[in-house]
Amino acid sequence: MTQAKTDHYTNSALKIGQVDNYPDRVAGEFISKVVSNDSVNGEYKLIVVEVHEAALRAYAGQMFHLLCPSPDSSEVWMRRPMSIYRINRDARQLEFLYKVEGRGTRGIATLNAGDEFNIAGPLGHGFTLDPQWKNIVVLGRGVGLATLAPLSQLAADNGVGVTAILSARSPDVVMSRDLFEACGAKVVTVVDTDNSSEVGNVEKILAGLIAEKKADAFFTCGSERLLKLMQRLGREHNVPGQVAMEQIMVCGIGACYVCMRTFEVNGEKVLKRVCRDGPVFNMQEAVAW
Amino acid sequence: MVDLSVRIGDLTLQNPVTPASGSFSWEYNDVIDLNRLGALVAKTICREFRWGNPTPRMAETEAGIIQSIGLPGKGIEYFMEHIVPEYARFKPPLVVSCSADNIEDFAALAEELSKSDDVAVVEANISCPTRNLTGQNFAMHEGYTRDCIQAMREKTKKPLWVKLSPNAGDMVSVAMAAEEAGADCLVIANTFLSLKIRTDNFRPALGNKFGGLVSPALKPIVLRMVYQVAKAVKIPIIGIGGVTCAEDVVEYMLAGASAVGIGYAAFRNPTALVTIIEDLEKWCDARGIKKVSELIGAVKDDDMELDTLVAASKGV
Ligand SMILES: Cc1cc2nc3c(=O)[nH]c(=O)nc-3n(C[C@H](O)[C@H](O)[C@H](O)COP(=O)(O)OP(=O)(O)OC[C@H]3O[C@@H](n4cnc5c(N)ncnc54)[C@H](O)[C@@H]3O)c2cc1C
Ligand SMILES: Cc1cc2nc3c(=O)[nH]c(=O)nc-3n(C[C@H](O)[C@H](O)[C@H](O)COP(=O)(O)O)c2cc1C
Repeated sequence: MTQAKTDHYTNSALKIGQVDNYPDRVAGEFISKVVSNDSVNGEYKLIVVEVHEAALRAYAGQMFHLLCPSPDSSEVWMRRPMSIYRINRDARQLEFLYKVEGRGTRGIATLNAGDEFNIAGPLGHGFTLDPQWKNIVVLGRGVGLATLAPLSQLAADNGVGVTAILSARSPDVVMSRDLFEACGAKVVTVVDTDNSSEVGNVEKILAGLIAEKKADAFFTCGSERLLKLMQRLGREHNVPGQVAMEQIMVCGIGACYVCMRTFEVNGEKVLKRVCRDGPVFNMQEAVAW
Repeated sequence: MVDLSVRIGDLTLQNPVTPASGSFSWEYNDVIDLNRLGALVAKTICREFRWGNPTPRMAETEAGIIQSIGLPGKGIEYFMEHIVPEYARFKPPLVVSCSADNIEDFAALAEELSKSDDVAVVEANISCPTRNLTGQNFAMHEGYTRDCIQAMREKTKKPLWVKLSPNAGDMVSVAMAAEEAGADCLVIANTFLSLKIRTDNFRPALGNKFGGLVSPALKPIVLRMVYQVAKAVKIPIIGIGGVTCAEDVVEYMLAGASAVGIGYAAFRNPTALVTIIEDLEKWCDARGIKKVSELIGAVKDDDMELDTLVAASKGV
């Protein structure tokens, strides 16, 4: 089922080719057009949408808030936050890699090429690269790999070397490998099926990279366990880092204070909004669950 | 050209579409032009620093969302110094909602807010269902409401708006008490106290257990409340609850509201407020309505039996 064309809520959302009457917008509501929506493996799908160019201001680590069609007879009330997987400016396309889980993502999975899809964004603060960093280490697991993927593009554009450690349950659900490899990253995959994804082994790999001076900065997303590991090694070896965090969200703009998480800044506990203060945060300030 | 302006006491709004407190902030300027709104409404502020409630603060249900934010904020001093200037950059008048646990704090907030020329209206949120674990608040009782609003009235010359609770047993009496105590406008209504329990782990879905239900499904209930209160008071009313389109604004105005507040619709569609303003103008235009204010209380029910109305208002 597609969003009805008569959806009276969305008159002000920008369609492809429309004149932007509010060019000052930092973020917007866009009616995108689905180009494809195919399965990547048994659990994940990749949706490619064409958008108004104002939506292409997005950069790595930012997110969009997706208005999900309903997979059943009742409404999906809230939008779902998704990281930008890939920005293809030439084709005016955005890509989202998503795990089909609850009602919202099952709804997204029903979209077909040609359907309209209402997306709001780009939202939040994404990844930043310090010009002094020559080599970075990206460590992700599961859905987190979708969030980290555009870092490969960003790093390549800035001439920064990347080692990507991709963790997954089994080899067939390791994602983003191609994207990282295409950008010249060195890819290491670790999986549960042969125990290589255990924290002890990942720690060894990270320690090796630190010793080889291949770790000017750490980036992670998708696993509280791996976050704790990178935080500890980062502290011990003085490696700065960034982490993308998740939390249930409502407005996505910073107004409603639903998506709060605890952070520790200079020894003091503070609450921050994942949607606006993040979703990418200083790794050492994050408090893992 | 349709004249969309409405008057709330001495204050003129350029149109009747305002955001609802707590579901809006100046940050929405990222997505829409805030200068187009009828008013700007800040999130409820308290005197003290508040963390707010434990997460999760929102859960979806079959027919809407329940939320329990718990009025987080850095306190009134920080608000006056840092938040008010963020709103002052825009043209629409600023309504500042405030809340407290006791009458002294409510009065102190009214006094403090009145010191700023950038604050156009003081809104008393005596109806937040998630401020404490019990869901209790002043707007549940006419006596508490009267005492609280009287105390605030003594401390402020600014327009004083009072946000009522749909959880009160007898909203009309509470509304009349607020009017007697000096309220300039009634904001109807806050959210419905509710609960969701997860069947997978038997635990309440929200960190604070109880939350406020927000849903377009509640619109007919709140509309009925606006209608009943409008018959009983002389001061203007702002209708809030389930507005998602221009026709909903019209409906609230017909029932007696002078303006509306919008929360959920702007979550679903960040540009909703602007869409609704534009559609309202088109709606009036198409029907030859020159002034939107003509709609206020224009419901055609004079020919209906008085007995029926009395019975309806008593809930029989
Ligand atoms: C900044 C950010 C970026 C994200 N990027 C991606 C991505 O690129 N790919 C991907 O597959 N997933 C991503 N997620 C997680 C994704 O938002 C959730 O998987 C999704 O909301 C689940 O919705 P659902 O209806 O399928 O599941 P349900 O469990 O039915 O959802 C119920 C409610 O909980 C919320 N929720 C559930 N899981 C999460 C979660 N992990 N984070 C935040 N809210 C959640 C939902 O939004 C919804 O409001 C991201 C989350 C955040 C906060
Ligand atoms: C996330 C959220 C936060 C809210 N915070 C406040 C608040 O701080 N003060 C207040 O008076 N009402 C608050 N409300 C209630 C709204 O102002 C409004 O009364 C309610 O959402 C009903 O309107 P709607 O159906 O248009 O959403 C909040 C509602 C939501 C959803």
